[in-house]
Amino acid sequence: MLRFLSTRLWNGLLVMLGVTFISFLLFNYIGDPVNNLLGDTVTIAQKDAMRKSLGLDQPLLLRFVKYVGLAARGEFGISYRNLEPVRQLLVSRIPATLELSLCAAILALGLGIPMGVYAGIKRNSWLAQTMQVVSLIGVSVPSFLTGIILILIFSVELNWLPAYGRGDVVRFGAWSTGLLTVTGLKSLIMPSITLALFQLTLFMRLVRSEMMEVLRTDYIKFARARGIVDRSIYFHHALKNTLIPVITVAGLQLGSLIAFSIITETVFQWPGMGLLIIQAITFGDIPVIAAYLMLIALLFVVINAIVDLLYFQVDPRVRLA
Amino acid sequence: MTTNTTGVAVMPQATPPSTWSRFLDSDFIYSFKRSPTAMVSAAVLLLFILIALLAPWLAPQNPFDPAALELINSRLPPAWIEGGQMRFPLGTDGQGRDLLSTLMYGMRISLMVSFSATIFALAVGVSLGLISGYAGGRLDNLIMRLADMQLSFPTILVALLIDGLSHSLLPRAVHEQLALFVVIFAIGISTWVQYARTVRGATLVEKSKDYVHAAKLIGMGPLRILFKHVLPNVLGPVLVIATLSLGLGILTEATLSFLGLGVPPTSPSLGTLIRVGNEVLFSGEWWVTVMPGALLILLVLAINLLGDWLRDVFNPKLK
Repeated sequence: MLRFLSTRLWNGLLVMLGVTFISFLLFNYIGDPVNNLLGDTVTIAQKDAMRKSLGLDQPLLLRFVKYVGLAARGEFGISYRNLEPVRQLLVSRIPATLELSLCAAILALGLGIPMGVYAGIKRNSWLAQTMQVVSLIGVSVPSFLTGIILILIFSVELNWLPAYGRGDVVRFGAWSTGLLTVTGLKSLIMPSITLALFQLTLFMRLVRSEMMEVLRTDYIKFARARGIVDRSIYFHHALKNTLIPVITVAGLQLGSLIAFSIITETVFQWPGMGLLIIQAITFGDIPVIAAYLMLIALLFVVINAIVDLLYFQVDPRVRLA
Repeated sequence: MTTNTTGVAVMPQATPPSTWSRFLDSDFIYSFKRSPTAMVSAAVLLLFILIALLAPWLAPQNPFDPAALELINSRLPPAWIEGGQMRFPLGTDGQGRDLLSTLMYGMRISLMVSFSATIFALAVGVSLGLISGYAGGRLDNLIMRLADMQLSFPTILVALLIDGLSHSLLPRAVHEQLALFVVIFAIGISTWVQYARTVRGATLVEKSKDYVHAAKLIGMGPLRILFKHVLPNVLGPVLVIATLSLGLGILTEATLSFLGLGVPPTSPSLGTLIRVGNEVLFSGEWWVTVMPGALLILLVLAINLLGDWLRDVFNPKLK
């Protein structure tokens, strides 16, 4: 077990190192940020002053060491675009993305798993068949299109829900939440459905097929022969054994929720990290891109580690191996 | 084999069945003929591919020829709605372009990008998988470690970052020329891992079989053994992945283009068209968005249905 964990940890470290290296290269070799910032109509002296103030005139090695040191402390430099410290920018955007992703995850798991269980148990009922067809359409619709269709129906035609933004937010120190105001909650509905839909269909299909597989096994037949009630068989004996693949996929999908939030946030102009990175990419705001790269890598490494640990909790066979 | 095979000596005289008739007689075609879903989705896909290939001849208008456009025709709704004209069956956009023609050209770009990306990923992934499985040791370790690392990130994120970074990396003029290749590269690189893993697993099984030993004995080189003898035996699952990732490639490309990355505006794909439509969403011209969106869903749905069927055909558990 220790060996397994240490390999995983080593892998995670390698990923972080690789990503840090890439983001350092970006930081140093791409474009001329001074030109991006000032345009062409300034004197060379002005450019040099700007270059100095951004620390772009120092030797490469020094910059790398400095970069790693600063990154470890969460200092990612200053955004070329709005001249704010990148850390401050990211911190101000994190709450919006986390709230959205969390709501989407609750929706996807809370609806996806029960739907999958139902479709697995009563697979010939018309409801289960309909769910299967709808889910196949669900995985064929890109999430930005889901968002646009929702906006078209509920904002443009019916005028029920706001089409963009986060509504009013309440601040608690560094954290801002939209969960406590009516407009905030109303703004949250469409983005979280958009973000959740793809994962929801994925969970449903996964749980359904796992459930069907488990229900065919001998121990379920024996449980029936012993006269155990259906409810107990389904939820106590069968569902438990479908959980291992579900945990793996759920962990990884939680990570991709944050990645997919880039798309959802662009559609709904949701002021989170995803919108920030898209704006940074279009503008060529390298410090923000580099910081985002490392942040997202760290996030995925942590998520993968948690998924590995959960394995030990759920499946004793892994512990013995 | 034909009926008069009495011995090995007679074999050359009996005409062996051609590859084509053997193909028509295979399990594959048998189960294809018995699956209405597979036949319908294959037909739809074939139709779409044909339309995309023949777009310059089929389209009623060349949407990229400014001379053919008239602003008087802009913002017309589809023909079945009041105010629509029969000349423009699906309506027109803000520049007076016939939506039907734009869709045909857009689908051409979407399919072209996804096909190229799939072929690219397939070539890279299958080669690395074969080498990894056959060579073993250090090289195997290195390739699989790389695959593990990439797999810890979602493919869309990898594609988005590669494509996004190329925007900052390349000067604008160079980027416009290369944008199409960059998208193909980004989508391809983000999906090679699946092929490599599958092929590696299959190669590990195949390489200890007798025919590989026999080939070694008669002095064949490892590359020839790999590509000529092992490869055909591991192609089944590869075909399934390729089909499903063709659909995924279209979605990824559409997403990138929607975000303003992806293909250049001079050669708009379905995703670009949706992006353009999204900008006028609030002016009530829903068709500019809905038409390319519906086509995109239909196209991907047909591919996914076909892929699902293929997966069942190649799944030994279900036989």
